Amino acid sequence: MTSGQALPQPAYTNIVRAEKLCVSFGPVQALTDIDLAIGRNDIVGLIGDNGAGKSTLIKALTGVVRPSSGRLYIRDQPVDLGRYSVRKAHALRFETVYQEKSLGEKQPLWRNFFAGRQIVNRFGFINVREQRRIANEILQSHLGFRGVGIDADSTVSNLSGGERQGIAIGRAMHFDADLIILDEPTTALAIKEVQKVLDFVRWIKESGRAAIYIEHNLAHVHALADRLVVLDRGRIAASVRPAELSLDALTRFLIDLQQPKAGIAA
Amino acid sequence: MSGARLHRAQPAPRSLSPLFAGRKLEGLPIIVVFIALIAVFTALAPHVFLRWPIYDSFLVTIPPLLIISLGLTLVIAAGEIDLSFPAIIQFSGFLFAFCSLQLGLPWLGLIAALAGGALVGFVNGILVAVVGVPSIIITIGTSFFWSGVATVLCGGLSYALPGLENTPIANIFAGKLLGVPAEAFWALGVAILGWFVLNRHRFGEHLLFIGDSRSVAEVLGINVRRERIKLFTLMGVITGFASFMLTVQNLNYFATQGQGTLLSALAGVFIGGSSVFGGSATMVGSVFGALIIGMLEAGIVATGVAGFWVEVIVGLVFIVAVVLHIAIESPASLDQLRRRLAVRGPRPDHATKEEIP
Repeated sequence: MTSGQALPQPAYTNIVRAEKLCVSFGPVQALTDIDLAIGRNDIVGLIGDNGAGKSTLIKALTGVVRPSSGRLYIRDQPVDLGRYSVRKAHALRFETVYQEKSLGEKQPLWRNFFAGRQIVNRFGFINVREQRRIANEILQSHLGFRGVGIDADSTVSNLSGGERQGIAIGRAMHFDADLIILDEPTTALAIKEVQKVLDFVRWIKESGRAAIYIEHNLAHVHALADRLVVLDRGRIAASVRPAELSLDALTRFLIDLQQPKAGIAA
Repeated sequence: MSGARLHRAQPAPRSLSPLFAGRKLEGLPIIVVFIALIAVFTALAPHVFLRWPIYDSFLVTIPPLLIISLGLTLVIAAGEIDLSFPAIIQFSGFLFAFCSLQLGLPWLGLIAALAGGALVGFVNGILVAVVGVPSIIITIGTSFFWSGVATVLCGGLSYALPGLENTPIANIFAGKLLGVPAEAFWALGVAILGWFVLNRHRFGEHLLFIGDSRSVAEVLGINVRRERIKLFTLMGVITGFASFMLTVQNLNYFATQGQGTLLSALAGVFIGGSSVFGGSATMVGSVFGALIIGMLEAGIVATGVAGFWVEVIVGLVFIVAVVLHIAIESPASLDQLRRRLAVRGPRPDHATKEEIP
């Protein structure tokens, strides 16, 4: 990967800010009144139990899911939620790194790097040669896949979890994202590969970018994040700096969240 | 982050079969089956298969079916299915026949056939992509509906269209060019266009990703809903065209037109090697799949085997072709089979039983 060169200081405070953001799926309220601001060089760790709304939140921020109400600001500019889409989020240089959910299994890498934003002529035909060339370039320069038997024509289904993660990371780097969202990037990875993902998160910080980092491993996220945001049943339960809350205290806090509240039970 | 190299956990075999190592020729297994079949037919009935007329007749009868198989390939690529095309053959054919005979406007009839197909396909697309009914279910329903509409409109009657003979529209779509039926050129054109749409166009790539996984496609920013509506509409237009071609080459509209094409067109696609699970489809395979399906019946009859055997042989060819695809694409499954057979082997109790007189 390229070394962590600092980007020129951008002229905005928050890369993304949500205000009273709500998402509902039919009668189910998945997110309620989310207020969240992410500074231009913030690493925000998003934690919470399964079903707390972590994935829904990042889907709302990246245009996959349409919020039912609330406001969204990107680089301090208000966003028209009715017209916000993944395409817009890509154009605004938001990138998502999912392990399982962002690569087409049966498709070659030259398609996977560019799906949804292909290099096309004006009739919509893909410039395969150019996409192949760039895909190989990403593989070789960013990821160091040279000579390991992976090229632009390899299909995703033949890759290991770590390799897939590398592909998604390489894609985020190629498109020069300002905000990189990592959704449980270390799940089911070998220890060596986990280390590489953590290095990548550090690179994001050093190069002046921002990240939202969803992680089950509290030790990882506690060590890397500038701020921890705890989601619980669709609401923000806490937002703290790791320095203010030790790893043990954080763990206890999360366990306490799971206990049925005495006041309600009585 | 200089040390960030993600190494392979374990080197997996990349080239799946030494026979097809290197750059794979699309549809190779099915091309082999096709050539083998021609060879068998030629050996058994040289007086038929070494002469031109049989091929001339193939190039007339196969194109409508082949064009539908090409459209279906796109549908299968997206992990969907369309069972309503026989009804479109009926419905669009009626529209063309009606405009030609009652209004005397065959070119309007062509447009009506395409538009009618588009309408049926668009309704399918809305029901699948917006309402959310699985395509295998809803296209059964729409198939009944549009077939019924066509029957009501034509009153169950056939339309003879002898007036179209030697008109420009008949010559362009069902005449001869350099001694070769025009239908063959149209089918070839649709096949080439279809190949580029599936393999080189943004739309085709979107279909492949949708067939691979709808949720991944959404995350990548593909408008899954819109692309699926477009897909079914396009399938309707393509079928409308095939139906028009069928009607104009017969110079007749049959009220039962389209019946019996359902399994043949689907068989062409799957013999060709497209995956029913979506995300992977081959236009070349579908061309040869449709050619095989289209020539089996005439071929079998020409070799002197009784006509009753046709379906048995079609079934056999289908099974062999599909197994061959698996053998080439995932030899691991064949190894497994071989191991399983080896374990079973000749059973000891078998041997003892045979020894008893």
